[in-house]
Amino acid sequence: MPNMIREKYVRPYAQKYIFCPGCGHGIVQQAFARTIDRMGIKEDVGLVSGIGCSSYIPVFSNFDAIHSIHGRALAVATGLKLARPDKKVVVFTGDGDCTAIGGNHLIHAARRNIDLTVVMLNNNIYGMTGGQAAPTTPLGSTTKTSPHGNIEPTFDVAKLIIAAGATKVSRWTVAQPNQLEKAIEAAINHKGFSFVEVYSPCPVQAGRNILGDSNPWNMMQMYKDQGKVVKTLENFDYSEGKMPHGDFYHVTDRVDYSTALQNMKEKL
Amino acid sequence: MAKNNVIIEPKFCKGCMICIAACPKDVIGTSDVRSTSGHLVPQVLNVDACIGCMLCEKLCPDTCIEVQKGGAK
Repeated sequence: MPNMIREKYVRPYAQKYIFCPGCGHGIVQQAFARTIDRMGIKEDVGLVSGIGCSSYIPVFSNFDAIHSIHGRALAVATGLKLARPDKKVVVFTGDGDCTAIGGNHLIHAARRNIDLTVVMLNNNIYGMTGGQAAPTTPLGSTTKTSPHGNIEPTFDVAKLIIAAGATKVSRWTVAQPNQLEKAIEAAINHKGFSFVEVYSPCPVQAGRNILGDSNPWNMMQMYKDQGKVVKTLENFDYSEGKMPHGDFYHVTDRVDYSTALQNMKEKL
Repeated sequence: MAKNNVIIEPKFCKGCMICIAACPKDVIGTSDVRSTSGHLVPQVLNVDACIGCMLCEKLCPDTCIEVQKGGAK
């Protein structure tokens, strides 16, 4: 008997994923499909993605989807949301797509607090193009473009977009699928810019070059052990060398962009 | 009869072995069967020990595993 999630939410031609063995992106796709299945809003969701491994998720999912250009997923999603404010727009993007090529779109979408759900799959490296150092590559890691160790400090994307004005931020790893599903559900229900960062193992590039272990399970546990699950970022102690994980930021005091635009239309 | 039923579909398996490591009760183990792409696929060894935590199904990146809770139907 086939898996019902795959039958219902994966397009027929993509039944065998193109992701490498052990890649965590399939887990995130499943977690998203399960969330939508539980919420029962399949027809009300539009997916947008840019370019990259993670951006294949909307292409393979049986939803209305736009596969847009590199880094511009959030710009396309902004237009889609403003044209159809009644629909839920979910953006799947990778770490390079989101923070390097589309970095400005990310901070401005967060500043406008537009009602989008952004799922950023962070694998610490440019996996598709052959393992170049990305803005999320840890300091000192050896990659194809930093053979003697990366000298650039890494982005803390969650802190960046909290400063830019996002209103809901979570960070999980693929080793915690139940928490990830709950975080995606809360992000879809939240009115405003909501951001879910998911650490996903890339055994072929990040495993070999950064973590030094290509076993997908060991990589998932390493990402999990890097973090400490917290409920709020206040008084978080970074001196232990751990990253905050969890649903740690949620404010409701800002009006979202679609509502502000509607209010302006009524006023004029 | 076993409380839960675990079905592994080897057609799309890429042999990443996440399910074997993820199972807390060692229900799933290695086998010498190969999938269509030539990877070694896992097999269900001890279905009676399954507690229905769904971790294997949720952590399989290629959606090859299905856990039927509440016995074989």
